[in-house]
Amino acid sequence: MIKMEYYLIISILMFFIGIYGFISRRNMLAMLISLELVLNAVEINFAVFNRYLFPERMEGLFFTLFGIAITAAETAVAIAIIINAYRSIGNVNVTKLNKLKD
Amino acid sequence: MSILSLFVLVPVLMIGCLFLCKDIKQIRAVMVTGASVLLILAAVLVVLFIGERAVSDATMLFVSSIVWYEPLNIAYSVGVDGISVAMLALSSIIVFTGVFSSWNMNMAKEYFLWYCLLATGVFGFFISIDLFTMFMFYEVALIPMYLLIGLWGTGKKEYSAMKLTLMLMGGSAFLLVGILGIYYTSGHTTMNLLEIADHLHIPVEHQRWIFPTTFLGFGVLGALFPFHTWSPDGHASAPTAVSMLHAGVLMKLGGYGCFRVAMYLMPEAAGELGWIFLILTGISVVYGAFGAVVQTDLKYINAYSSVSHCGLVLFAVLMMNQISMTGAVMQMLSHGLMTALFFALIGLIYGRTHTRDIREMGGLMKIMPFASACYVIAGLASLGLPGLSGFVAEMTIFVGSFQHVDLFRRVLTIVACCSIVITAVYILRTVGKILYGPVQDEHHLGLSDAAWYEKVSALGLIVAIVAMGLYPLGVSELISDSIAPIVAKLM
Amino acid sequence: MEYSLLIIITPLLLFLLLGLSGMKMKPGMAGIIGTAGMGFSTLISYIVAYNYFFGIGQTDGAWATIIPFNVEWLHFTDNLHIDLGILLDPISVMMLLVITTVSLMVHIYSLGYMHGEKGFQRYYAFLSLFSFSMLGLVVATNIFQMYIFWELVGVSSYLLIGFYYTKPSAVSASKKAFIVTRFADLGFLVGILLLSFYTGTFDFAQLTSDGAGLVVASTAGISFMGLSAASWAMALIFMGGAGKSAMFPLHIWLPDAMEGPTPVSALIHAATMVVAGVYLVARLFPVYVFATPDVLTLIAYIGTFTALFAAVIAITQTDIKRVLAFSTISQIAYMMVSLGVSEYGGHDGLGYMASMFHLFTHAFFKALLFLGAGSVIHAVHSNEMDAMGSLRKYMPVTHITFLIACLAIAGIPPFSGFFSKDEILAACLHHDKLIFFTLLAVAGITAFYMFRLYFNIFWGAEKSYDGHHQPHESPLRMTVPLMILAVFSIFTGFIPFPEFITVDHIPFAAHIEWATVAIPSILVAAAGILIAMVFYMKGSELPSRISRALGGLYTATLRKFYMDEIWMFMTKNVVFNRICTPIAWFDRHVVDGAMNGLAWITQKMSVSIKGLQSGQVQLYVWIYVVGSLVIAALVLFL
Repeated sequence: MIKMEYYLIISILMFFIGIYGFISRRNMLAMLISLELVLNAVEINFAVFNRYLFPERMEGLFFTLFGIAITAAETAVAIAIIINAYRSIGNVNVTKLNKLKD
Repeated sequence: MSILSLFVLVPVLMIGCLFLCKDIKQIRAVMVTGASVLLILAAVLVVLFIGERAVSDATMLFVSSIVWYEPLNIAYSVGVDGISVAMLALSSIIVFTGVFSSWNMNMAKEYFLWYCLLATGVFGFFISIDLFTMFMFYEVALIPMYLLIGLWGTGKKEYSAMKLTLMLMGGSAFLLVGILGIYYTSGHTTMNLLEIADHLHIPVEHQRWIFPTTFLGFGVLGALFPFHTWSPDGHASAPTAVSMLHAGVLMKLGGYGCFRVAMYLMPEAAGELGWIFLILTGISVVYGAFGAVVQTDLKYINAYSSVSHCGLVLFAVLMMNQISMTGAVMQMLSHGLMTALFFALIGLIYGRTHTRDIREMGGLMKIMPFASACYVIAGLASLGLPGLSGFVAEMTIFVGSFQHVDLFRRVLTIVACCSIVITAVYILRTVGKILYGPVQDEHHLGLSDAAWYEKVSALGLIVAIVAMGLYPLGVSELISDSIAPIVAKLM
Repeated sequence: MEYSLLIIITPLLLFLLLGLSGMKMKPGMAGIIGTAGMGFSTLISYIVAYNYFFGIGQTDGAWATIIPFNVEWLHFTDNLHIDLGILLDPISVMMLLVITTVSLMVHIYSLGYMHGEKGFQRYYAFLSLFSFSMLGLVVATNIFQMYIFWELVGVSSYLLIGFYYTKPSAVSASKKAFIVTRFADLGFLVGILLLSFYTGTFDFAQLTSDGAGLVVASTAGISFMGLSAASWAMALIFMGGAGKSAMFPLHIWLPDAMEGPTPVSALIHAATMVVAGVYLVARLFPVYVFATPDVLTLIAYIGTFTALFAAVIAITQTDIKRVLAFSTISQIAYMMVSLGVSEYGGHDGLGYMASMFHLFTHAFFKALLFLGAGSVIHAVHSNEMDAMGSLRKYMPVTHITFLIACLAIAGIPPFSGFFSKDEILAACLHHDKLIFFTLLAVAGITAFYMFRLYFNIFWGAEKSYDGHHQPHESPLRMTVPLMILAVFSIFTGFIPFPEFITVDHIPFAAHIEWATVAIPSILVAAAGILIAMVFYMKGSELPSRISRALGGLYTATLRKFYMDEIWMFMTKNVVFNRICTPIAWFDRHVVDGAMNGLAWITQKMSVSIKGLQSGQVQLYVWIYVVGSLVIAALVLFL
């Protein structure tokens, strides 16, 4: 059986790639994709910990399913916001979204 | 329901009615009716109080209390003694005359809404004997000030409104700390003034920090040096009636609070630390007067003179004897009336000449004889002419303070006496410049004298000033009995 | 004698009536009402005086002190309370007579003099206010009542001096008068406070009872800077008196006060208000003489100096009202000196009696002089001597009455001034030779400058009066008061004053000391008159030659020894520029600056941390990640 550490390494990599993408990208769509990576990394963790540490229980897997559902919903909301933002300011650059600041 | 709660209820009802008003006529009708009701209420209260006083020797009369928030022992409790009755009478006179002085405001509805809220706070403050409600009404009175000055003011109004509000809020932060101190250290977590004064005792080591904080908290509102600088700017920018109400009543909240809270609840610390504040108030008295001499803006002159006169109030309070404290209350009344008269007239003049700079005016006596004659009367009251209110108040203070056995205090009294000369200088300088002499600006020649509503406002105040000046015995008797318990604690 | 209240109440009611509704009346109507009211008041005061001196009379050989009316006005403690009442004793009854009489004359005179002036009703209202305050002052039962009315006369004087309020000089004169006397009143007030602190009373009767024993006992052993507490108190009270009575160096307001209408000068600044200081010292005389004789000596010397000082200045003035003003200062100083040299009881109290006597006679002849001067001014429309000359042909009544007054003030028998001045000189002779000779010299100077005035106005070269401005005698409304006052000026000297007014209320007999006092004083006065006659009757070159010879001294005198300039320097440069302006600057920049500085610091601090709240979500994430890593590292490695 594949050792747990390999899964964790994968998820850490995914997590930090996501973080990096989130910080470095200015395009909101790219940021959203990075965010998906972060969330998926977490969900992998849930599944792996459940499977390896508490095989007799199912909470981790359920949480993963919850997470996927929420991610989907969140993506839908985010896309809607992005589209609206695009309509109002003409691009999807996050640094330009500072109208509330003034 | 006791008569006292009506003082709060009437302004609240006025606010309600104002919402329903459609045009300026209705608004005026509501305001005049409401203010008259308040005036009548005050008169009724004075009569009732004198009757009740004769048969009862409780500290506070017409006491009633409704528990408001059980767990913290907060109650809406009201009660009055002679001092509060005097203050209520003063407030109702000034609210009444203030309505006439703001006859032609723009955005009248909103203006009067805030005006009524301010009145609510003022009346509520004077009837409260619970520290929490007192503080609450105090804040209620402060906040509308910001909007009234910021929206309806003139000149650097945003700056002044901000400065005034922030400084007074700073004062009330001190006050809040003091009130919490009293609440927790008096031995029984209560906010009721009477209960603390009569049955409880704040330990002296706590008094030593609570007294300065509360005195300072109220002192800021009473224009205590060096926390008086909100007053010149604030008054200069405020619209007429707001200046009247502010200098006439709101500044008295400070003096009254020093009496009622700082001195009454912490007598030992007042005796120990009073001298520090005494020096500050002594400075206020002379400093304000000197400051007024070289000002060129009418409202600044009056603001500095208020610093001087209100300084005298706190000065007399700190002298801690029966006569001087009676004098302090009389000075509050007298200053309230005459400074309101001053501001009413300055508003009147400014409304016509569009300047408050005394160098640009002259010979107004010829152009508006009524307003000018009233201004002279206000000036004479301010410099302490016998027969007007200023004289009796100042003399009571000076005689009282000078009876103190402490040499230091007597010397300070002499210093304070010097203010009567300086007052004469700046009053006569102003009167000489703006009212007498040749007409400075020929555009002024066509100006009209006071309109009827302005006359009502000025005459109302003059009648009160003269009445107090001619029959001071009535006023001093009304007050003097109520001073006794406070003095008894200070001894 | 409760009806004596009417004397005081009537003018008050008149003031209220004329002040409130005067503007709706016809001017003439207001004048008539005011005059009639004053006439009523005068009548009552004569009845009171008659009843006091001849009805009630003496008990145990002394004039009684009666308090027919007294109410508590303001209560401080059981001992300290301000009462308003009426105290009748010889001096207050005498003052009632003087004030009401002169006031009535002025009321009548003003009907003519002020005719057609704008604000005629206001003028009469203020006159009534003044009469009320002055009458209230003299009948005061306690020192605080006196202070109250003292302030009121100050204000009515202010209002009347500034009657021509469109004239800048009148405005500044009224301001000056009020502020200078206010400054003196500060001394008065502090004196009252001191006195009441030690004695615990304001009441005149208690203060002066048993030889001021209360004052002596209560202030025993307390001293400050070498003077006892009582001396300080009484000296400060005298300061108040010196302000009102225009003693050096507080005299500067009186000459300027001549900017007011002339009848006002006659009433307030010659006959009544300015003697309030003398009256105050007289009222408290037992305290002065028993508790603080040192202050009394001070009063005598200040008075002597002022008498000489003012007389010298009067020589050079050319404005006829100013000459009279300085002569008033000089004459009041006579009264002060006389009080200063007086002692207590019987003939020792000669100075006190003489002072009151001179006050009495002076009131009439000085009022007459002013009204006469007013009549002249009315005719030639100028205050300057240069504009006048040979007026005796045009204004016979004014001329004769003015001459009578001049003779009275110069001290020529049998006119009233001779008798009172003679008593003063006699009192000085027995007390202090220096003072005596100074006052004798002043008497000569007085005679000289008064006749300089007289000859310049009524004799000398005729001036070119324009045809339609041909001077003519004033109307009857103005000349009748002149004639009445002239009668007073002639005959009041024959009143046996020591029978009525003495320091201990016990009559004594005084006689004129011909050899040592009267003859020298007459000679000196005659010499003064003669010199004036030579100089001015025909108009000669001598005066201008002498003034040129004197040079700087003459200029200094003309400029009133620069006292105005010194005071101006004190107020303008010291008080205004050195105190008030720096305080105002300090307030705006330091005190207010500190508050603004506090606000500035708060703002700067918030700005400096504002950068963190950039609104950039990526920055937040970056901080969040780094932060959690740091925390994780801390948890792991610590």
